[in-house]
Amino acid sequence: MKSYLPPEYIVYRDHERCTRCHVCIEQCTYETHYYDAKDDKIYSRDNNCTNCQRCVVFCPTNAISILKNPNTFRENANWTQEAILAIKKQAETGGVILAGMGCDKPFFTIWDRLVLNASQVTNPSIDPLREPMEIRTYLGSKPDYLEFEYNNNDVALMTKVAPQLCLETPIMFSALSYGAVSLNVHESLARAAAECGTYFNTGEGGLNSKLYGYGDHAIVQVASGRFGVYKQYLDVGAAIEIKIGQGAKPGIGGHLPGEKVTEDISRMRMIPIGTDALSPAPQHDIYSIEDLRQLICALKEATDYSKPVSVKIAAVHNSAAIASGIVRAGADIIALDGVRGGTGAAPRVIRDNVGIPIEFAIAAVDQRLRDEGIRNKASIVVAGGIRSSAEIVKAIALGADAVYIGTAALVAIGCTVCQKCYTGKCPWGIATTDPKLSRRIDPKVASKRLVNLLLAWSSEIKEIMGGMGINAIESLRGNRLHLRAVGLTEAECRILGVKMVGE
Amino acid sequence: MGYAEELVADIGQKFLSRVMPKGSVYSVEASGLHYRDLNTLLRALGNNGAKKIEVHNIYGQRYIGTGFDQKIIVELFGTPGNDLGAFMSGPKIFVHGNAQDCCGNTMDGGLIVVHGHVGDIAGYSMRDGKLFVRDDVGYRAGIHMKEYRDKQPALVVGGTAGDFLGEYMAGGVILVLGLNSENEKFRARYVGTGMHGGIIFVRGEMSNLVSGVKALEANEEDMKFVEGLVREFCFYFGLDVDDALDGKFIKITPVNLRPYGNLYAY
Repeated sequence: MKSYLPPEYIVYRDHERCTRCHVCIEQCTYETHYYDAKDDKIYSRDNNCTNCQRCVVFCPTNAISILKNPNTFRENANWTQEAILAIKKQAETGGVILAGMGCDKPFFTIWDRLVLNASQVTNPSIDPLREPMEIRTYLGSKPDYLEFEYNNNDVALMTKVAPQLCLETPIMFSALSYGAVSLNVHESLARAAAECGTYFNTGEGGLNSKLYGYGDHAIVQVASGRFGVYKQYLDVGAAIEIKIGQGAKPGIGGHLPGEKVTEDISRMRMIPIGTDALSPAPQHDIYSIEDLRQLICALKEATDYSKPVSVKIAAVHNSAAIASGIVRAGADIIALDGVRGGTGAAPRVIRDNVGIPIEFAIAAVDQRLRDEGIRNKASIVVAGGIRSSAEIVKAIALGADAVYIGTAALVAIGCTVCQKCYTGKCPWGIATTDPKLSRRIDPKVASKRLVNLLLAWSSEIKEIMGGMGINAIESLRGNRLHLRAVGLTEAECRILGVKMVGE
Repeated sequence: MGYAEELVADIGQKFLSRVMPKGSVYSVEASGLHYRDLNTLLRALGNNGAKKIEVHNIYGQRYIGTGFDQKIIVELFGTPGNDLGAFMSGPKIFVHGNAQDCCGNTMDGGLIVVHGHVGDIAGYSMRDGKLFVRDDVGYRAGIHMKEYRDKQPALVVGGTAGDFLGEYMAGGVILVLGLNSENEKFRARYVGTGMHGGIIFVRGEMSNLVSGVKALEANEEDMKFVEGLVREFCFYFGLDVDDALDGKFIKITPVNLRPYGNLYAY
């Protein structure tokens, strides 16, 4: 069948500048570029290009630019280019269209409608360069009250506090499974988490024993496929996360494409080489809140109640009620993943249409737990396309304890959000398990980039807090008076619990 | 220090009266004991050199042996609750009674032998070890069992199994003998849906077969393997091997390593 799909991008090459060094040919994993000996020129197969920018960055003479194909179908506000292309693709393949990364539609971002407060005259702002700013965060269940025993001049804490995670900055690395990303990426995240005093989440592909040394900074995930879950894995992690759902694909399971299931992934996940790693939609031992409690208790029993257990859900319509159930089921941490949350592979129709923006979910869950008097029982970690330190501050002001970043972390180490993670051919060496491509990520360099990002964002968070006249992040948590809305409806403001600007 | 002093150090005085030593075998009275205390007690006994522990009057305590990696033999008398032996890798657990849901959940080694029925979700995501059930298992048994090289879990069911047996199975072996339902077809639906590894053996005829799996009569080599499992099964339950091997065995395997490979447009 002849394909009616035009190329999405056109590769423009300045042949005057091109030195025929072949770097673009070597770097592109989609075989976009090729050398024509007769013409002594390099040409491109535009159809293969994903606009990942790898060749552009590595071209020594800046000879390449990638442009969106200027050729489009007749303009139509309803029948957009994307809609027409999707139908043609499905008519040619009969398949569910896959996508990588998070929802790329513009209509979900509330962060851009929220502005932050600052001190002026009536209370002084604080200079973070001069004064200590506290951004350390503890995640885990907090007691209802504390009991002390006083002995002469000594005070002893009598309350047994549940196990906590201590974060030096309220930013953690979101679940990225070994298999979706390479071992080098896992190592980069692990090293950066250890260096910054925070945590990385293993995702559901297990933790390679080479990285057990970073276990104190690992949140080990237990998901529906139960890949790589065994006693030592549970023991080595600092916390355990039960993954119920993911913002990019709420309600559906995950299929790690067989292209990525290499020998080592097969060993880790205990599935045949080259099969799709199938994570069923539900965990088949969890069909209710009571069942969830059972798994939480089983994991705690298996690890001697030594570490917090987190439950991750996608932000959906009834998140607040579900979160209440999760807390009552005994979770120490709730992880909420919004509609813009990333993924290695998800059906595009799910990614772009299912779930709610994280901003509303944070506000709704935080408020619900406060109303029910159980907010202290669990920490709230939020995720879903967080792009800047400002969004972290806004998330914390809405009620989050900390955030997970996934896409932002990958962007820091090279990702350009080309959304083709499911091919296993990531030219940046990130979303791949190909041993040769994986070497494009050097954990030493990549972890440095991640450390730099966290350092920069932490500085910015302190700067913003100082401007507000706040010197401890605890004072910002759920402090919605530091937020004002621009261009949101009254209903939206009510749900977010924020006033309009000027109010 | 004698066993009693060490136990007191580990579990406290209040549980000591529940333990009766008989050489290297210990007898534990479990009625009214919370699962946390029971597991603490079992661990402490294991750490103190117990080879075999008999636990009497089990009334639904959950998580017994969950996460255990000690090489101990545990004989349970009564009805253990959900998640028996979850995540465990070491013990051999013998249940004299029925077991409930999630028995052998994500089990990583060791042995569970149940002299009775088992509820739903038996052997979910088993990675290694063996689970023998004398009678029936409920729905969703053996979902997403796995294997890698010498780690090959086995679930052997003497009676019959409910729907969704071996769904998403990626490895290991499930054997359903149908001993309590002679001349009846195996009626479970959705057996092996999404299967992409492993083998399901069924003695006798099957009523339903999903697309994506193929059912062939077991050949000689298969039967050698089946016989090994059947012999072990009959040994535990004092049954006749020839009776259990009588009749034909169907071998269910995936048609294709990527059952959903064509589902997507890249």
